[in-house]
Amino acid sequence: MTPAQALRDAALAAAVAFGLFAMLVGLRTDIGPAGGLILRSRWAEVALLCGIVFAGRLAITLWAGRRALRATTGPTPFTLALQRLGRFVAPVLLALALLLPALPGIGRYELDIGILVLTYVMLGWGLNIVVGLAGLLDLGYVAFYAIGAYSYALLAQYFGLSFWICLPLAGILAAFWGVLLGFPVLRLRGDYLAIVTLAFGEIIRVVLLNWTELTGGPNGISGIPRPSFFGLPFNMSGDPDSFAGFFGLEPSPSHRIIFLYYLIFGLALLTNWVTIRLRRQPLGRAWEALREDEIACRALGINITTTKLTAFALGAMFGGFAGAFFATRQAFISPESFTFIESAIILAIVVLGGLGSQVGVAIAALVMIGGFEVFRGLDEWRMLVFGGAMVVIMVLRPRGLVGTRTPSIALGRKRAISGDLVGEGHG
Amino acid sequence: MSAAAPGPAPAPPPGTAPAMLEIEALSAGYGAVQALTDVSLQVRQGEIVTLIGANGAGKSTLLMTICGDPKPRSGRIRLAGEDITGQPTHAIMRRGVAQSPEGRRIFPRMTVQENLLMGAESLVQGDPAPQMQQAFTLFPRLRERLSQRGGTLSGGEQQMLAIGRALMSKPRLLLLDEPSLGLAPLVVKQIFDAIRKLNAETGLTVLLVEQNANLALRLAHRGYVLVNGRITMEGPGRALLARPEIRDAYLGGGHG
Repeated sequence: MTPAQALRDAALAAAVAFGLFAMLVGLRTDIGPAGGLILRSRWAEVALLCGIVFAGRLAITLWAGRRALRATTGPTPFTLALQRLGRFVAPVLLALALLLPALPGIGRYELDIGILVLTYVMLGWGLNIVVGLAGLLDLGYVAFYAIGAYSYALLAQYFGLSFWICLPLAGILAAFWGVLLGFPVLRLRGDYLAIVTLAFGEIIRVVLLNWTELTGGPNGISGIPRPSFFGLPFNMSGDPDSFAGFFGLEPSPSHRIIFLYYLIFGLALLTNWVTIRLRRQPLGRAWEALREDEIACRALGINITTTKLTAFALGAMFGGFAGAFFATRQAFISPESFTFIESAIILAIVVLGGLGSQVGVAIAALVMIGGFEVFRGLDEWRMLVFGGAMVVIMVLRPRGLVGTRTPSIALGRKRAISGDLVGEGHG
Repeated sequence: MSAAAPGPAPAPPPGTAPAMLEIEALSAGYGAVQALTDVSLQVRQGEIVTLIGANGAGKSTLLMTICGDPKPRSGRIRLAGEDITGQPTHAIMRRGVAQSPEGRRIFPRMTVQENLLMGAESLVQGDPAPQMQQAFTLFPRLRERLSQRGGTLSGGEQQMLAIGRALMSKPRLLLLDEPSLGLAPLVVKQIFDAIRKLNAETGLTVLLVEQNANLALRLAHRGYVLVNGRITMEGPGRALLARPEIRDAYLGGGHG
């Protein structure tokens, strides 16, 4: 619709509004001082209402026209600008994350938030394999986080194993449970899969809650050993066997925090690296093909069973790593940390970031978890601000912050595939 | 070029060639529904065989049963003499069967190149590059569209991509499910010409399922007619085309 047409349309709407409001609002009968009815006119109010209708109608038509135009002409300037910006986002974020502990003004509190954000970045990237790449809607991802955390806590408590031995074990155990979950849901997709995975997440939590002899039930497990720096513990003693003593540093509690920060940073990078590598391998392409069209995959002879199970297993494994890290960082875990809301937050990070986009997930985790901390001052309004912000993002960018998909292979120049060109839900 | 447009009769069927696909007394279905009853069919090496029938006759089910999903209730399926009855789909595809599925089923968000590479998934050994070259020679349009997203191709290009993708696994037997579906006549002719050329030049065995009986029977060496899950007629393509009952039922005979 051209601006002229839009103006005419708005004028028409205003005329209709005048027809209605002239009688309803413009003329009003009141009881006069003498007790009889008097007619009072309120033309200013009518003019205001007609003005609102005119402006509103104009705005709606122009907005709708812009949207219709956008669907046919490809990436909008906004998307293009974002794409140009996007090239710098990943390196800048990476450098920032790497240098964070050394930046001025970064204290214990900021580092703790950094660790929290990175944990969710890692969880988001792990879930991204399952939901973003393979297209399997998993609402119980927190179960693997819990399995990883409890694996480390229990192995350390009962067998005295160190963090570095338990980390791979926690990943393997979580992956094993991922496969166990994967088998019964092989034939399910979409809503049905979501329900089963949701139930799986709850079952794990309820088991942890009720198996008191093993897990301590609602009391959780405390005194989980802290990680050592390749055998050198972090403590304040200054012994040559401790981290500070060995390197001749002044003993400081911040060493462990910085170490934990880099530990989760490394784990998150590992997740990212594995995902990026796999996307270019036949397995990763098979995941994406599975997300696009399962029947076509069958017709091409792709083994659906192994494709789905590897996605579940790998996603779960990274969840397990993150869980083991969570346990060693907190030194105390209980089933309360692994409720459904955690799954929902991780899923929100993946969807908000743009399904399948690594950078998008990282930004979304930063915005959601970091934002959550920043807005602490808003108290009970925080959730409202948050919900509103999420709705706005999804309305403006229905495919997530980064809705483009970079081809896994290309001749020469890589061209990102704009999400704006693709109808939602139809791929 | 031997195969021109409305087409002279296809090259004489290799009558004594060994069978590529043998189906014996096959029955299959979904749940309580019996979709195929006692179907027997043979495709010899280097042949184009077409299977025609109305909506819901069981054509697609037959192709899917050959691919192992649904599993047959009774009967045998042999590929080049080897029994493949009841094997999982990916194992059957690995033995040299490829399918261009009904409705094309292109991966919409993946590029043409990625779509083609997905077809090479069950390529038992080696490099997908020569297969990709073959697809480009057959459909030069695909090379032009290489980095374009599958979902933005036209219907005809998508069908070309679906066939090209199926060829990536270097199949011995190509199954085509309604390649003319929803395409303009000119594009259909282009695709059928390509199938004819492929068969003439490489000797690829083709089993073609079609509703467009006229074109399919002209293209094929032999044809089968499927009605309510049973084979009711078979014979050389041209001979079937001449039968009045075929003309009435599938070529819109007197109804116009």
